[in-house]
Amino acid sequence: MLGICSYGGYIPWYRLKRKDISEAMGWINPAVITQAKGEKAIANFDEDTITMAVAAGIDCLEGIERYRIQGVYFASTSPPYKERLNAGIISAALALNDPIRAADFGGALKAGTTALLSALEGVESKRINPIIVSSSDCRLGKPGSIQEMIFGDAAVALLVGDQDVIAEFKGSYSTTYDFVDHYRGGFAKYDRQWEDRWVRDMGYETLIPEVVKGLLEKSQLKISDFSKIIYPCHYEAERKKLNKILNISPKMEQNNLLAEIGDVGTAHPLIMLVNALEEAKPGDKIMVVSFGNGCDALYFEITGNIENKRGKKGISEYLAQKKYLDKYGKYLIWREIMPGELGLRSEVDQWPRWSLNWRKRKAILGLWGSKCKTCGTVQYPPQNICVNPDCRGDSEMEDFLFSDKKGHIVSYTGDNLAASYHPPAIYGSVEFNMGGRFMFDFTDCDLDMLSVGMPVTMSFRRKYYDPKRDVVNYFWKARPMKRGER
Amino acid sequence: MSTGINNKIVIIGMGCTKFGERWDASGEDLIVEAFRECLADAGIEKKDIQTAYLGTHYDEMNLGKSAIPMAVILKLPFIPVTRTENFCATATEAFRGACYAVASGAYDIALALGVEKLKDTGFSGLPNAGTYGIMDFAIGANWTAPGQFAQLATAYSAKYGLPMHKIKQALAHISAKSHKNGAMNPRAHLRQVVTEEQIIAAPMIAYPLGLFDCCGVSDGAAAAIVTTPEIAKSIKRNKDFVMVKSLQIACTSGEESLYTNWDGAHIETATRASLKAYEEAGVKNPRKEISLIEIHDCFSITEFVSYEDLHMSERGKAYYDVMDGFYDLDGELPCQVDGGLKCFGHPIGASGLRMIYALYEQILERVPKERRVKNAHLGLAHNLGGLPNYSVASIAIIGRD
Repeated sequence: MLGICSYGGYIPWYRLKRKDISEAMGWINPAVITQAKGEKAIANFDEDTITMAVAAGIDCLEGIERYRIQGVYFASTSPPYKERLNAGIISAALALNDPIRAADFGGALKAGTTALLSALEGVESKRINPIIVSSSDCRLGKPGSIQEMIFGDAAVALLVGDQDVIAEFKGSYSTTYDFVDHYRGGFAKYDRQWEDRWVRDMGYETLIPEVVKGLLEKSQLKISDFSKIIYPCHYEAERKKLNKILNISPKMEQNNLLAEIGDVGTAHPLIMLVNALEEAKPGDKIMVVSFGNGCDALYFEITGNIENKRGKKGISEYLAQKKYLDKYGKYLIWREIMPGELGLRSEVDQWPRWSLNWRKRKAILGLWGSKCKTCGTVQYPPQNICVNPDCRGDSEMEDFLFSDKKGHIVSYTGDNLAASYHPPAIYGSVEFNMGGRFMFDFTDCDLDMLSVGMPVTMSFRRKYYDPKRDVVNYFWKARPMKRGER
Repeated sequence: MSTGINNKIVIIGMGCTKFGERWDASGEDLIVEAFRECLADAGIEKKDIQTAYLGTHYDEMNLGKSAIPMAVILKLPFIPVTRTENFCATATEAFRGACYAVASGAYDIALALGVEKLKDTGFSGLPNAGTYGIMDFAIGANWTAPGQFAQLATAYSAKYGLPMHKIKQALAHISAKSHKNGAMNPRAHLRQVVTEEQIIAAPMIAYPLGLFDCCGVSDGAAAAIVTTPEIAKSIKRNKDFVMVKSLQIACTSGEESLYTNWDGAHIETATRASLKAYEEAGVKNPRKEISLIEIHDCFSITEFVSYEDLHMSERGKAYYDVMDGFYDLDGELPCQVDGGLKCFGHPIGASGLRMIYALYEQILERVPKERRVKNAHLGLAHNLGGLPNYSVASIAIIGRD
């Protein structure tokens, strides 16, 4: 059986209320008031599409032996690197094998479903199996634009394989058109869009019914055979119209999460799919449709294995964990839309030495440490000579992965002197529950919620950005666990 | 069989510049200023110096690398000059080098000089030092010194159940005491008296440390000339001498930062180095026998835990000694009598020698009455380089002959 074997989701902690954007920017474009409902998820200053995809990947791969993974596909229209394999960074962060197929998918907003289709076909070929597909977007709309109101940041990951399938892949139908409802040139920072009326009438209303009908005909099914029809469309009135055209009953409609997260581009239909999987029952048929320079439509049938995948973070748990960004200005600074004064201390040159990064790649990107073969002490960063005072042996070490281990806070502070995009810079000493200790930056927390002994989990983040050489460097931070978090 | 350094070395001269924001002076000017005073105090000529040690930490914006800058600045005539660097223990390392050079019998007279020019950075606090080399940028937290030391307070509070407001109260007393002492010292950087209320109300630098919990970032230099007791007697007849009683250094083995046996509420290196120092100096009960101490109070919390690390206060009990005024100028064991790093200032590479200078002038009764410690016969200087979990501690004990 071929299909989806596991899923994971990720929504960043911070949310920006659309009302706050509208109040700050509505003066320049009064039309944004029409979108001033709900909130959008926004990546923290230390997050981007790679880090969010890693977070979703960790959720997806929980309980799965990572050495089994043979492929890693990543879909995004806003990857941090144009040249340097983004999926390669994700692969290293997920501590996957070196012999692995990795690819970036991009270009159109349907790239998420295209990556999923490619993974399904890869597994079907019996040459690559299983494959993890992740998708995320972190798109920018110009301040005062409708896009700024709508776009949200999040990520999703799906494991595609032929064992323990939870959603069997049953068929697909694709179209491709150079239909330019919106675009971003090679050097553009912001998305540009053509007139809404045309996008609605000639885009969504024409292309989505076409691909849905194509799939129904190809698979000889009726729309009423499906329990969910998932498609991205942020226009509220247009959704109603499309539901009517396609005969999608309210029960078959999947929440498009516009009010909670926003439009997450390539990841959006897959995020809706994961959200649907969280509640799906064996036998359910789910159709997922993407939209962007054409459409992909895929359909899955839920198997009995779905019951074994309950209790993931998925989309639901992350939806419940949030903090409202108190100032719209922070968003502008974090996205480098507006320059901000971080002080002279921030200007100290910190640039990566690629030869060193290569040599230390497992320690930096994978958070691999070492384990003493004599006394069993685990330690990070990897040591040649054991740090245990009762051992201190110059014996052999073996690799030991820390990124999936939980720990607790030994000591902490909130530092107002350190240059930070979100002062105070919070960091502290973390002791892993299995041993090993290191001083990490903390993320997604406030100083007043911390205490010694508090449990933390590790999160892959942007360590620093070097604007002079346009380099993003990544490392792991400790994320204090939220109340009730497993 | 090693016999240690006790009573083998005499400090025959010392010098110390005014510390502070020395916009008027570069590193070379500070070196000359400290050296002139030191040479005059020693009563020798420059040609009598047979070897020299320079301590300086930030080479990039200071003098540059190597010991050559000092040799050139002082026009030392082709003698061996060595640079030492060990974070904040840098100057004590220079002093140690000079003492061991003489004690070995290889040289008769040696110079140790520490200097740091910090106020050309353009910002507050210390520049990032790349503690772990480039890997610090790759995997180290976005830390500064106050944030690293502040964590002693959060861990201490958790370990001993001492509420943070009580710790803040003790820290305020510590800083107020140092300001009071520093205000009397014309060479100190910060010379205003500050109340405990002002200290507690000051802006937060790194939780729970406020502005007054952090020492001054200063420019300055200090120097010492050392020789053997025999030569000292021939140079300075019928004068009191200050003898070196102990010099100890302890470097972390990595346990505190990477292993799981450290409580985060004390400094392991200082705990160990001080025990060795007491043994070397023959001190049985430091709380009773030592007459004054200069602690490496880069932050008030460092001074607080150091009372315990130096075996002066019992573990978990420093709060009570602080609040009892035990370490005040008129207390039983005066601490930071010259203002300490807090107010005298902290030019990294000079601080160890500045502390020894503070003890030296007290032991020789050269300080005005209002800040003189009664019967100051045995002094301890404690330096802490690096960070609480990644440190090098140095202890120097000096005393009257």
